[in-house]
Amino acid sequence: MKSFRENFMKAIFLSAACTSIAAVALICYFMFSSGLPTIARIGPAEFLLGRSWKPLNDLFGIFPMIIGSLWVTAGAMVVGVPVGLLTAVFLARFCPSRLYRMLKPAVELLAGIPSIVYGFFGLVVIVPILQELLGTNGKGIITASILLGIMILPTIIGVAEAAIRAVPESYYEGALALGATHERSVFTTVLPAAKSGILAAVILGVGRAIGETMAVIMVAGNQAVVPGSLTSGVRTMTANIVLEMGYATDLHRDALIATAVVLFAFILIINLSFSLIKRRMK
Amino acid sequence: MKNGRKATMKQMLASYRRSPSSLMLRILVILAAATTAFVLLTIIGYIVMRGIPHINAGLFAWEYTTENVSMMPAVINTITMTALALALAVPIGIFSAIYLVEYARRGNRLVSLVRITAETLSGIPSIVYGLFGFLLFAISLGWGLTFLGGALTLAVMILPLVMRTTEEALIAVPDMYREGSFGLGAGKLRTVFQIVLPAAIPGILAGVILSIGRIVGETAALIFSAGTIAGVPSSLMDSGRTLSVHMYALLSEGLYMDEAYATAVVLLLLVVVINTLSAVVARAFSRR
Repeated sequence: MKSFRENFMKAIFLSAACTSIAAVALICYFMFSSGLPTIARIGPAEFLLGRSWKPLNDLFGIFPMIIGSLWVTAGAMVVGVPVGLLTAVFLARFCPSRLYRMLKPAVELLAGIPSIVYGFFGLVVIVPILQELLGTNGKGIITASILLGIMILPTIIGVAEAAIRAVPESYYEGALALGATHERSVFTTVLPAAKSGILAAVILGVGRAIGETMAVIMVAGNQAVVPGSLTSGVRTMTANIVLEMGYATDLHRDALIATAVVLFAFILIINLSFSLIKRRMK
Repeated sequence: MKNGRKATMKQMLASYRRSPSSLMLRILVILAAATTAFVLLTIIGYIVMRGIPHINAGLFAWEYTTENVSMMPAVINTITMTALALALAVPIGIFSAIYLVEYARRGNRLVSLVRITAETLSGIPSIVYGLFGFLLFAISLGWGLTFLGGALTLAVMILPLVMRTTEEALIAVPDMYREGSFGLGAGKLRTVFQIVLPAAIPGILAGVILSIGRIVGETAALIFSAGTIAGVPSSLMDSGRTLSVHMYALLSEGLYMDEAYATAVVLLLLVVVINTLSAVVARAFSRR
């Protein structure tokens, strides 16, 4: 009797553990089974490389959105990676413990702020400032990059700080003993030793930035054309979905789902490289 | 700084004169940390200062009308949505963590598959979750946009978070607890439920509170699964919007900037409370 109960509960635990496998399988099934036929119907080349997105004329080219997502993500990296990594270095190696007890929760709070609030902040603060500075309408690649750069800070800081802390203390001490300053020891011995963890942090940041939706919509301008300059408006893949899903029907709706499939493929590649790097760290 | 290595001001200045690049690096690092702190303070400060004057009693009326633009139904929806998604995800998350930590053998291939899929889940953007919820619940099952569909979608989304934090909390329970329990003749199940789980509860709780934060802040996953109707749904099979979705709706309608400010303040306040709670609980855990 007792062993029956033990085995029964074990089976329950086991099936719970299989839930996440089932969830990923279901998500993959539903995304690909509704997206891939659409891509085939529109024509893969036309869908992925077509430069005009005009649903009313049955033109479904998401090339501008792919480029838009890549631009905005790259911009977010330029803004977020240096600040994030240096902040991680500060937290791990420079921060007095009293300050740490305030700064660490602050970073966690930054991670907790809802993306719609970030978007709102971008809309009412960053957009007007850039309007003044650039003389444009203030929405575009630069604005989205700054906002996304801020949003990925906590991700990058968290992972990079853990990676820096995982470097054995003896590396640092060895450098000090050879006469290097504190800064040189940290930057020339500890950081290189933590480089795969830091790379993982950056990749995770890329994943966050490319998948971000609600904040980008508010500040990117959302024109479905290939951007001509850093100040021109862009539409990302995520924005494309949210903007039009509400009223889309038939092939238009299928094309939006197919956009999500392309985004999903990007994310799977990013995830895969993140896991590979994490494996290598161990 | 560390290990009692305290240099006097004079020594520090001397060493920086010898290596000016070190001074530069130090300044850069401090500047970066200051930027991070400054950004957070600006966001919170600006929204709170501009938002508080717009908070009025009408915003908390029980019924939503186009005149009062009340956020109260959205607040109620947020609470029920959170409860529902947690009720679905927390037991499964805890059970699967129990399997991974207490039952699975090392090097089990299933375990690595579970880990990889959980990692994949946590990397999927919320808009993809939203479309998945739309395709599965609204279209394939023919529910339309429903509260339940939204809660199920969110449950899948927070599952990896609950799993990972529970796993960490279980691993942190010392093995002697288990050995002691086995030594007294308790079975595996009894040990797990009466010894290991109680010891891990603060860690699990901290993870659950973080999940609450994600649910409260979620917008993109809910728009196409739970919909954007501005009232309290009469059943789980009706549409209803949470506070974040409410704020998105206000902004996209473009007429309600003042109300959006007020909603942003309430959302920020919620997040601050949730984060503080989580930190307090986690600290109680580490003190053990």
